[in-house]
Amino acid sequence: MTDNALLSGSVSSLRQQLRDRAVSSEELTRACLERIEACNGALNAVITMCSEQALDSAREADKAIAKGDIASLTGIPLLHKDIFCTNGVRTTCGSRMLEQFVPAYDATVVTKMRGEGAVMLGKCNMDEFAMGSSNETSFFGAVRNPWDLNCVPGGSSGGSAAALAAGMAPLVTGTDTGGSIRQPASLCGVTGLKPTYGRVSRLGIIAFASSLDQAGPMARTAEDCAIALTAMSGIDAGDSTSADIPVPDFHAGLHHDVQGLRIGLPREYFNEDLDPDVRERVMAALSALEQAGATLVDIELPHSHYAIATYYVIAPAEASANLARYDGVRFGYRCEDPVDLEDLYLRSRSEGFGEEVQRRILVGTYALSAGFYDAYFNKAQQVRRVITEDFTRAFESVDVIAGPSAPGVAFQFGAKQQDPVAMYMEDIYTLAVNLAGLPGLSTPAGLINGMPVGLQLIGKPFDEQTILNAAHRLQSDTDWHMARPQLETVAP
Amino acid sequence: MSVSPQDVEKVALLARLAISESDLPEVTERFGRVLGLVDELNTIDTETVVPMSNPHDMHQRLRPDIVTGQNDRENLMASAPAQEQGYFLVPKVID
Repeated sequence: MTDNALLSGSVSSLRQQLRDRAVSSEELTRACLERIEACNGALNAVITMCSEQALDSAREADKAIAKGDIASLTGIPLLHKDIFCTNGVRTTCGSRMLEQFVPAYDATVVTKMRGEGAVMLGKCNMDEFAMGSSNETSFFGAVRNPWDLNCVPGGSSGGSAAALAAGMAPLVTGTDTGGSIRQPASLCGVTGLKPTYGRVSRLGIIAFASSLDQAGPMARTAEDCAIALTAMSGIDAGDSTSADIPVPDFHAGLHHDVQGLRIGLPREYFNEDLDPDVRERVMAALSALEQAGATLVDIELPHSHYAIATYYVIAPAEASANLARYDGVRFGYRCEDPVDLEDLYLRSRSEGFGEEVQRRILVGTYALSAGFYDAYFNKAQQVRRVITEDFTRAFESVDVIAGPSAPGVAFQFGAKQQDPVAMYMEDIYTLAVNLAGLPGLSTPAGLINGMPVGLQLIGKPFDEQTILNAAHRLQSDTDWHMARPQLETVAP
Repeated sequence: MSVSPQDVEKVALLARLAISESDLPEVTERFGRVLGLVDELNTIDTETVVPMSNPHDMHQRLRPDIVTGQNDRENLMASAPAQEQGYFLVPKVID
């Protein structure tokens, strides 16, 4: 088997090849590690590699396969976003604050995927503390988009999306607080799933906004996302917000039938603000589903335009509370020679956090401060309910809601760095899904001038199956998800 | 709502962030732009709406108050930037 076939294979096909002993996990793992070494200089997608550990796990997986002891991800290499705590392996969250942080425990997602036999290759670059939509806020430098090295990969899970698109691993993890899986999946031409809030445990995921954060997979196909989602999901005694709801076998539940599926197109997502090229690609994908038997229905989400304002109160407010723990005392960065405790706090935090993180802490602190709590935080939580009720009403008449994943294709570095508000608009189609706690998926829908566009499918709470099925059908009838960046131009 | 550099300095102190004199105008300007964005919330009537803190309106689960993990002090203290005799070390607080 050629390395290229290995490096572009889906999890489901690689799983079969491993079972058939056509390839060993060690060979596959070695091919991925070599690919990372060849491309990472150009892409900067991986912060930490775990080569020795990965090869050990791969050999263990090969032994298990030989014995017939095979779990859902046995022998499959994967990269974790560097927001998941990994016992004994540095976990930076893309920040100087945690540059040297080595956790003493694993995130539940890491434990579960290892338990299913996955082989961890290393940790992916990301926007600092997952705050960003371009990966430009990482302390470790921006990630480059493998489709065009002058463009951003999206964010915050941009390292994961770029690594996947460049063939460094067949499966990666991300987290999505306002679009951080779906937007980079869209910009890098891969499939990314943000599960329902509560589906996946948040234990060991470095907290950003606790009522919005959710982890999910990115892969080459919806089928692979179904396999990974089952592996990641489930109630966890260590996360009291993880949902006590049975986890179906999403892969076993996958089917092609979209006959009679009602797909809602919110008027507010397809208005005159939508880029005409993006509209054309998204509508082409929806037409493919329509031809397969689905019905497209016009719907309304009348409070959609409040999502940005609501999100940029709630997320920073929760972040300012979560990030209060970084005090230079217990773990993380500490400034040099503090003169007193106050100086220690102030300088450790302002030297350890980057500009965007500090801005969000400031906004959040303001929104929670005496005299402003009702006007900002309480108000935003009220509007959050109004936005959520829009979705509840819409789902009375449709099974899935569709729209673009991002307002455009990947943009050039620096294009939106001067104005925080321009950057926030990148997530205009994804934020509301987090506010309402719904599952959302981005699947490739073609290219504009050689750069990928994503279709977003939004599901009812805990109904990831329906959006996975719709994406699976789309990927069976079309080949947009098969498009790959020119890999040879990425390697030096 | 517009904010002054003094407002920003006050919030920065609450958040324990140091902003240099030279950065203050730009920080204030960008902070103001974000507040301008969120001020849109004032255009919607939510008089009778109950605030939502969890998207599924789920309540915190409580677990029985029993010991579940072992004391992992040494391992956890290993991440401290400075320590002495098993305690976090900070600059002198009391004279």
